[in-house]
Amino acid sequence: MDRFLFLTVDGLSRGAVYAAFALALVLIWRGTRIVNFAQGVLAVATAYLAYSVAGATGSYWAGFAAALAAGLVLGALVERLVMRRVAQAPPLNAVIVALGLVLLAQGVLGMLYGTQYLPFPAPFSRTAMTVAGVPLLSRYDLFVFGTVLLLMVGLALLFTRTATGLRMRAAAFAPDVSRLLGVSVGRTLTLGWALAALVGALAGMLVIPTGLGLHPTAMDLVFVSAFTAAVVGGLDSPAGAVVGGLAVGLVLSYVGGYLGSASTPLAVLALLVVVLLARPTGLFSGTGARRV
Amino acid sequence: MTDVLEVTGLTVGYDGVSVLHEVDLRVRAGTICAVLGANGAGKSTLLRTLSGMLRPSTGRIVFEGTDLRGVPVEHLVRRGLAHVPEGRGIIAELTVAENLRLGGLFRGDRRELRATMAGVYELFEPLRERRGHLGHQLSGGERQMLALGRALMARPRLLLLDEPSLGLAPRMAARTLALLRRLRDESGLSVLLVEQNVRSALSVADDGVVMALGRVVAAAPARALAGDDQLRHAYLGF
Amino acid sequence: MRRYAGALVAAVALLAATAVLDPFRDYQLATAAAYLSATAGLTVLTGLSGQLSLGHGALMAIAAYTVALTQNAFGAHGVGTQWTLLASLAAGTAAASVAGAVVGVAAARLRGPYLAGLTLVVAVAVPSVGTLAGGLLHGDQGLSVYLPPAPGWLGADAPYERWQAIVALAAALLVMLLLGNLAASGFGRSMRAVRDDEVAAALAGIPVARVRVLAFVVSAACAGLGGGVFAILAQSVSPGAFSLTLSLNLLLAIVVGGLGSLAGAVWGSLLLVLLPWLTDSLARTVSLPPGAATRLAGNLPLAVFGLLLVIVMSAAPGGVQGLLNRAGRWVRGRRPGRHARRVETSTPDAEPDAPLASRT
Repeated sequence: MDRFLFLTVDGLSRGAVYAAFALALVLIWRGTRIVNFAQGVLAVATAYLAYSVAGATGSYWAGFAAALAAGLVLGALVERLVMRRVAQAPPLNAVIVALGLVLLAQGVLGMLYGTQYLPFPAPFSRTAMTVAGVPLLSRYDLFVFGTVLLLMVGLALLFTRTATGLRMRAAAFAPDVSRLLGVSVGRTLTLGWALAALVGALAGMLVIPTGLGLHPTAMDLVFVSAFTAAVVGGLDSPAGAVVGGLAVGLVLSYVGGYLGSASTPLAVLALLVVVLLARPTGLFSGTGARRV
Repeated sequence: MTDVLEVTGLTVGYDGVSVLHEVDLRVRAGTICAVLGANGAGKSTLLRTLSGMLRPSTGRIVFEGTDLRGVPVEHLVRRGLAHVPEGRGIIAELTVAENLRLGGLFRGDRRELRATMAGVYELFEPLRERRGHLGHQLSGGERQMLALGRALMARPRLLLLDEPSLGLAPRMAARTLALLRRLRDESGLSVLLVEQNVRSALSVADDGVVMALGRVVAAAPARALAGDDQLRHAYLGF
Repeated sequence: MRRYAGALVAAVALLAATAVLDPFRDYQLATAAAYLSATAGLTVLTGLSGQLSLGHGALMAIAAYTVALTQNAFGAHGVGTQWTLLASLAAGTAAASVAGAVVGVAAARLRGPYLAGLTLVVAVAVPSVGTLAGGLLHGDQGLSVYLPPAPGWLGADAPYERWQAIVALAAALLVMLLLGNLAASGFGRSMRAVRDDEVAAALAGIPVARVRVLAFVVSAACAGLGGGVFAILAQSVSPGAFSLTLSLNLLLAIVVGGLGSLAGAVWGSLLLVLLPWLTDSLARTVSLPPGAATRLAGNLPLAVFGLLLVIVMSAAPGGVQGLLNRAGRWVRGRRPGRHARRVETSTPDAEPDAPLASRT
């Protein structure tokens, strides 16, 4: 029972990260109908930057801030320089371009930093604190929960209360009409990508300390898990992304805990297959239209 | 009287097919001009070109003395040109209040925005009642009100309206047109109106333009058009 | 008939080439041929059938490991004839086909990003099986592959690479012939019909799901053959050799070569072999501290591949073959009536507006 509780908390902690990452994917999907396959590698790039900045300044938080800022910049750059060019093409092109970015970034990062796993310690203790005699959650877990919660509240406020958020939603739902109303759709698109990359960077900073270390492929599994989470929740639903993220986190935690950590990639695959076969549009979506 | 809009030699085509040919058009300031003609005459294309959604191959569009060439779509509303497109363009996933707010967002002054919104709610009482409802929950008449209200949030000086009475009960349609007349009288709003319902359009308009197959075939004061039987039979179907 | 004649000529020419080239070049040729089996299958799947697969590296892995296991079994029982290779490759291809069928069925109703995502997860998850089954598959270290010696008729002092090249080229030729026939056949038409407009195809009586799954199985078999050949070339298999990067490299090859074009698959495969070799030589000319040199050597090809993919997809989505086609048409346009239209084994429309988008 103790182990189960521990795994549950651990699963929720990872799930929170997946939820955040899945949110970033949903954000871009809703605005552009593109799944950003480069989301993970962008996060890794910002993590490497954090590593360098932290190494140079001696401050983890300086690195953390640098990663977030870099996320904003990178996301905006990717949208303006690359994704914009394939916006009018078939969606397949955007997928392939994003994958090209993955190769490019992993290659560049490998050249700059090498391909050994670099140590990436957490800013808080990762040993579980005992609650009523049961080792439950660590300070780091609390940090993760708190940060992700803050992020979600921030995003919710942004989208529902601010003018910018209104513009972004309008541009995503109805770009042509929004232009007639004076919304600069191009700019909101760039902002959307920047935000998504920021969220991805944050997710990366939260999850990499819990893994083997920093490596160009460190976020591949996270991307795959978050993608599964987004599919589980329904690519169009932010709430679904959150629920999906937590669900995937829990499933992977239990599988990893009881069957060994090497089986987690297969568990993700199995989960994805099940969801795609049973309810491809996700748990939170409305009914799809009939094809003919 | 000055022209709020002057269009000369406008030609628009897709893939070698011409949809608008050498269209000339003037809208005098503070008047309602109705664009009439059968389906496929190019009326909607005209409005979409005026608001920048389509690029003309030749021709000039001058709005309040400024050539609109090269001005991106999103800047037009800032200059006082609002377009309610075919189908009204209500954003179904946003609430009534959000749709309205969106219409005036480019202005930035929140107090002014709120005042304008209050004015719109006064004009359209049902919108105030349903302001928390999502766009797709509204009836046809309410959507029309919302589309118009949203356009008015921008305090435009020229309003491009594409088939406002489409899908509306006759009484609702008449009220909309009457409202346009009121706005013209009270605030000097100019309107370029595309309408299928020729009789009501001509009853409220000052001037009329008749189009057929992408060309302007007649342009005259509305009363003259209404009285010209030959023209009416040939192009307007009655 | 012309296709078979062409294949025969190619076979003879390539056989001669293997004799003339030095062992290193033979090995490069062999590698390119192995890639070609996989890329040809993938380009048919993605270009003609409209299904993007990011998981073909995993299919190659499955076949490669199967070949390794069967070859080692042969070796353990002292069977040393070259016919074992045929049996192993067949087993590997079969294994990959089964896997392809499974994935294909799961993916039959998927479109767009869902399909890409599923195959991506396959690409990430399958290599981890190698790490899991530590006992049988030796985890991250992988297995070495027992191979019989080269046949006698090659000559006593023929380098082993020559034999490897012959095996690889034979496999690739077989794949090209098969796919060429397939693309030009009724099934090829069905694939394209489903790709272009599923609803219309269904209304016309084409069994959409079956066509899609069959296309997947065929391309998986080709990838499997390529993977099996890889095992023979590398004489070892390990999870690291079949990572996601491999799948992305295959994608790069078919994109740069031209989606849907078998000739394009050739260009792409050559690119996959030549580019790393080029960057390697380049890196060696520039004198760098040894640490930096290895980092560069391993990762520069990756970066260049990625950049190429981004640029080609943004600027020339038809790839090399698309450009060549366009150039060819332009040339032919200048000389009206001079050349009869060649029957191409690839669709001429691997162009920017190739309707590869599947509506979700």
